[in-house]
Amino acid sequence: MDAVIENLPTYFEGFRMTLLLLVVSGIAALVIGTIIASMRISPVGSLRVFATVYTELVRNTPLTLVLFFCAIILPYLGSELTYVTAAMIGLSVYTSPFVAEALRSGINGVPIGQAEASRSVGLGFTQTVGLVVMPQAFRMTIPPLINVFIALTKNTSVAGGFFVFELFAATRELANANGDAVIAILLGAATLYLVITIPLGILAGQLERKWVVQR
Amino acid sequence: MSNSSVLFDAPGPKARRISLIASIIAGILILAGVAWMIWTLAQPRESGGITLPGFFDPSRWDIFADPEVWQFIVFEGVLATLRAALVASVFAIALGIVFSLLRSSQVAWIRIPTTIVLEFLRGMPVLLMMLFILLVLNTGAFWAVVAALSLYNGALIGEALRAGLAALPRGQREAGLSLGMRPLQSKMLVEFPQAFRQMLPIIVAQLVVLLKDTSLGYIVGYTELLRTNMNVLGSFYGNRYLFSLFVVTLVLYLTMNLLLSWFARWLSKRTSSQSAGKRLDPEDASQALLVAEATAAARESKGP
Repeated sequence: MDAVIENLPTYFEGFRMTLLLLVVSGIAALVIGTIIASMRISPVGSLRVFATVYTELVRNTPLTLVLFFCAIILPYLGSELTYVTAAMIGLSVYTSPFVAEALRSGINGVPIGQAEASRSVGLGFTQTVGLVVMPQAFRMTIPPLINVFIALTKNTSVAGGFFVFELFAATRELANANGDAVIAILLGAATLYLVITIPLGILAGQLERKWVVQR
Repeated sequence: MSNSSVLFDAPGPKARRISLIASIIAGILILAGVAWMIWTLAQPRESGGITLPGFFDPSRWDIFADPEVWQFIVFEGVLATLRAALVASVFAIALGIVFSLLRSSQVAWIRIPTTIVLEFLRGMPVLLMMLFILLVLNTGAFWAVVAALSLYNGALIGEALRAGLAALPRGQREAGLSLGMRPLQSKMLVEFPQAFRQMLPIIVAQLVVLLKDTSLGYIVGYTELLRTNMNVLGSFYGNRYLFSLFVVTLVLYLTMNLLLSWFARWLSKRTSSQSAGKRLDPEDASQALLVAEATAAARESKGP
């Protein structure tokens, strides 16, 4: 326990980086994911094909390989990104297809009768989408999106293996320095991860539960 | 919206022509982007006064003509990855079954501690769990990878099976009990087989995640496919081959994962056509699990 309290500054330094990775790559993944999702439902065929192939390829590539590419192969090819930027790019690219799928499944989840009804009372395209479909799709996408961000929180730990000093890297360093208190050190780090993931998980479960009953 | 044409009027010949033209233009732009990337990579590059060949130059790929290299990649790399994934899958499914039975137990002091343990396992990064097992139990890298993956995926599979058990019609259990079965007998012989079949697509989708996550072994020092190719072969043959080795690794991983995902999708189609239940999305295990849990909770809260 003493080892944890003594090393709190190191923990928080790592935790800050974890949060930074989470926020920056989360926002970037939302942007890329929205673009990919709208490509997938667009009437333009080639964009749809591109988005499908992108989703399939990125989702089946292990995150370790994506980050390996960003942190080791990109500099080898001549890029001059810092490791933190490289990790952010890797995490956002890896997360984006999951965001896109969460959005798409939300829009697909709105029963078709809703759109038919609004068309038949005479609403136009913008009104149908803006007033009827989107408000329902939006809340159906919230629980899956929270789920994606929980996964992202856990995935930031992989960046610790590629020269970014975040919580996992900090823990590894502390565990090596304090051989006699390894368990306490590791549990300290686990707590910090759980502080983010468990409340988000409960929130996602509750929202999903509420909306499953209403459907 | 499975059929988005409801949103707007059916496109006439003009709108269809516009969308065809847009499709062709976008396709050309995408292909041009890919071609530009390949062209850039293929260019010879200057480095400290020496001109190095481009990345598609034969001199960067000649090691792959040697069957011994392939033998090494397959028998050291691919096999190590598959071995870890296979052992971990077996343990994960076994643990999942145990977790689901404990978690759905009638006895509160079995159910509640299991719930807490499962939440703990699900909320932690797998990588941290690997480090934990490696340092505390001192097991060596292979067992650290296998144990962490089994625990993490076992917790998720257990949660899926529990949701499957809870979502079964109440009559199944009642019928079992009224035939004179003990509660445990009814659970094992009547309810569990049905829940397992219903959740099979989620379980297989979770195994795809497990296979992907074996690559985390690279970070904790288990010599799997990525480490074999990049560190062992990379340092043996020199930096020149780093890019080509990475491409080969990526293609091998994609092949394995895509095959398993397609199998999951096929399985989900097959099971959904046989059982009347709602089809669970096999694409993303964690999303499907969220839906399954919510459905189970909704059924539970309705009560008798």
